[in-house]
Amino acid sequence: MILDSYTAANRRRYSLASSLHLDVPLIIALLLTAVLGLVILYSAGNQNEDIIIRQLTRLAVAFGVMMLVAQIPPRQLLFWTPWLFTIGIILLIAVLIFGEGKGVQRWLDFGLLRFQPSEIIKITLPMILAWYLADAALPPKPLKVFVCIILIIVPTLLIAKQPDLGTSLVIASSGIFVMLLSGIRWRYIFSAMLAAIAAAPLLWYFMHDYQRQRVLTFLNPEQDLLGSGWHIVQSKIAIGSGGLYGKGWLNGTQSHLEFLPERSTDFIFAVYGEEFGLMGILLLLTLYLFIIARSLYISTQAQDTFGRLVGGSIAITFFFNIFVNIGMVTGLLPVVGLPLPLISYGGTSMVTLMIAFGILMSVHTHRKLLSQ
Amino acid sequence: MIRKLHIKDHGIETRLFKRRAIVAITIIILMILGIVARLVYLQIYSHQHFSTLSQKNRLKIVPLPPTRGLIYDRNGLLLAKNIPSFSLELIPEQVKDIDDTLQRLSKVVAISNSDRQHFKRLVKQKRRFKSIPLRYRLTEEEVARFSVNRHHYKGVSIQARLIRYYPFGSSGVHTIGYVGRIDARELQRIDTANYSATTHIGKLGIERSYEDDLHGQVGYQQEEVNAQNRTLRIIDSTPPISGKDLYLNIDMKLQLYANKVLGDYRGSIVAIDPNNGELLTLVSKPNYDPNQFVTGIGVKSYAALRDSPDKPLFNRTILGQYPPGSTVKPFIGLAGLDAGLANSDLFCPGWFMLEGDERRYRDWKKHGHGNTNLDKAIVQSCDVYFYELAQKLRIDRMHKFMSLFGFGKKTGIDIIGELAGLFPSREWKRQKRGQAWFPGETLITGIGQGFTLTTPLQLASATATLAMNGLHFRPSIVQSTQGRDDEKPVRLPVTRFKSVLLKDPQNWQKVKQSMLRVLHSPRGTARSSGQSAAYKIAGKTGTAQVFGIAQDAEYKEEEIDLRLRDHSLFIAFAPFDKPTIAIAVIAENGGSGSHVAAPIARKIFDAYLLGKEL
Repeated sequence: MILDSYTAANRRRYSLASSLHLDVPLIIALLLTAVLGLVILYSAGNQNEDIIIRQLTRLAVAFGVMMLVAQIPPRQLLFWTPWLFTIGIILLIAVLIFGEGKGVQRWLDFGLLRFQPSEIIKITLPMILAWYLADAALPPKPLKVFVCIILIIVPTLLIAKQPDLGTSLVIASSGIFVMLLSGIRWRYIFSAMLAAIAAAPLLWYFMHDYQRQRVLTFLNPEQDLLGSGWHIVQSKIAIGSGGLYGKGWLNGTQSHLEFLPERSTDFIFAVYGEEFGLMGILLLLTLYLFIIARSLYISTQAQDTFGRLVGGSIAITFFFNIFVNIGMVTGLLPVVGLPLPLISYGGTSMVTLMIAFGILMSVHTHRKLLSQ
Repeated sequence: MIRKLHIKDHGIETRLFKRRAIVAITIIILMILGIVARLVYLQIYSHQHFSTLSQKNRLKIVPLPPTRGLIYDRNGLLLAKNIPSFSLELIPEQVKDIDDTLQRLSKVVAISNSDRQHFKRLVKQKRRFKSIPLRYRLTEEEVARFSVNRHHYKGVSIQARLIRYYPFGSSGVHTIGYVGRIDARELQRIDTANYSATTHIGKLGIERSYEDDLHGQVGYQQEEVNAQNRTLRIIDSTPPISGKDLYLNIDMKLQLYANKVLGDYRGSIVAIDPNNGELLTLVSKPNYDPNQFVTGIGVKSYAALRDSPDKPLFNRTILGQYPPGSTVKPFIGLAGLDAGLANSDLFCPGWFMLEGDERRYRDWKKHGHGNTNLDKAIVQSCDVYFYELAQKLRIDRMHKFMSLFGFGKKTGIDIIGELAGLFPSREWKRQKRGQAWFPGETLITGIGQGFTLTTPLQLASATATLAMNGLHFRPSIVQSTQGRDDEKPVRLPVTRFKSVLLKDPQNWQKVKQSMLRVLHSPRGTARSSGQSAAYKIAGKTGTAQVFGIAQDAEYKEEEIDLRLRDHSLFIAFAPFDKPTIAIAVIAENGGSGSHVAAPIARKIFDAYLLGKEL
């Protein structure tokens, strides 16, 4: 494979990197994407240096945390998994009781530290599932599958209740990906999908008004031009007018004339599409695809079930985030407030993402130490 | 936790996972191709279409703020208006050297250091092509000076905005309230579309409680802009709908006068029309100027207001909870009459003792009132009589009767935040304090001390109910709303609560006659305030202890810290036969009710009923 030869070519640096427990191809691809993100953000944020400095700080913290996590051996992670997951669930319940904010409760405030417990679950849900599935032969028995479904549903509902539909969607998916990778029979998977489609009207019943509005707007954006329909219409114009080569960096009229809302955060992809065109987007998608492929490759090389399942889930969830965001910005999916990984302006989810990649690197690099 | 070890076939599992991973990457690649297909459709196939749209996308929707409704008093006096204000604004993108421009501007217009800091902070937060205010409220001279020199300052302009102004300043602040910049908490509460052009929102009082009426409906304007985002022409517009004007029940002239006669006392005056619950005057002192909050109060000035021991920010009319002292006696007396327990005389030696208890409950008059009936007990404010009456009534019956007058309950006034006060009961003490009720507590409740707390508004409302022989109205500040100038004002409905019914309606007159004699008889505690009045007043003085005095200790006013002195209270209504005004006056640490609060009430009655001084 290409990925293999690339590794071989870097054998020398790799040995230094492996003592630091880092995966060089992955870290290079992540850094390139982050740099590209800063370039776009500079334009999307109207050349405001403060925004760039703040984002750089976040990136530095996130990469630092990733390197720290990479030092922890997978065994250690395996040992901690049930505890971390339990703490996450307790904090989720706490946030529903003591959470900050009127109507929307996502944050817990510990004075200095203010964070969303759902971020802990993002990482620990795949881990707990892998931990639970790893001690028996795969594919899992029906009873195990049932327990796993409970483990997925509880945090998903707790987060949906905050209400944070976007995050609960990501978390449910990351759990489902573990299940798919664990080798469940295809006919179970297909029947579950059919059941999900049948249950869709039920979901409508549980949605908040603003969430229903988003779905309606998605179906007919022109109807709600003053609200979120405006987002979709304007972002399609931005991307479409970019054409093959784009209008050039800092020259996007849609974004700079303030037609495009939330252009530094959820809709940053539209700014990119307008200024760099299809060619630019292909470059970004290639980078993303490389990160995903490399992550999946790392997972297949893992020596135990835990590492395989967690790694695979991280890779697919990363893609899921990208797909939902780009789908939303290009008008293929309803507006769900999910950032574009490594590109969008914003802090918490960036750190979580890099922790996930830190785990991947730990899985990969500690393998060699173990086999000696 | 013990984890069972299973013998697993690693080969099979690895292969199974690899197969799944290959399926996953295949699906991912297919989905990415799907995205690419969508982008090809948008960026290649429909490129022409979107390109034209983006070219034509020079139409902008700009929200237009509605004009905030005005507030008038009951006689049409303007209490809150909108005045044009000129602010100096800069567009950072169009200014080459901001520091240099500020330096040169300061020669034409006064720019303080705090203006400068505030501006710099905004520059960092806002987008570079947005107009950012540097100075508010330019004087006419400054406007003129700048206009002459404006060609020297590229990217600097003067903007005219309407800002709220309260002509009577501090005199009505606690009632009318004020508007201020919308903050993050309010942003979550409001309809953001309707407020898209609005910068200010009601923060307090009427401005806050009637925000929905006052604000109005946002309008929209479609503008054509050029590539520099400058407006070329207006295509279409939906004008905003102004907020409703409000007419209050408040008589502002009376309120100003009440403010004056309360003098330097901290305290409160509430005057109410007993026939319908209309609030004529709501004074809370000390007060502060609401206008400084409209354009943003400085941190220091705000801290000074907030930390002042006199608590000027505190609206005493609805938040100040005071022990009512002897002003509860007419009500307790009425409870006694209604229960048939207040018909006998009693000898007052100057103190009262419970059986089997050493403690002496003292009368304010050291050597006692001698033989006392209910009338004398109200007129001369005998404590011992009410100790005994309270003991006979017991706490729960008192609690039930007093609740009918609204003691311990919110009055339902139409501004947000009112406190309920407290009239204790056995039940309350068990629930809130987890303690049993003591007989001694019943006694002091009978003279309005102990746990009992009332707001000035509650006292005035209860007095109005008494004046009307039990007719009980909800106190209200806003009388009517007016949509447009050519429309008639719409009167808000008057709410009547359940009336207080006595077994024998004659008893109303008995108690009211005693209250009359408080002012119009030679031994009445407020006789000096009733002298030579052109109409008859019925009232009751009260002196509420701020802190307890030890057993048998002599109370010497001069020796006590000013802030620990008794509160001076007075409730009254007039004219006696056909009451049109009921009042509650509280002067904090004013000392005796008859010396301070009663004369203030008399002056207000004279002003309102005879038109003196207004």
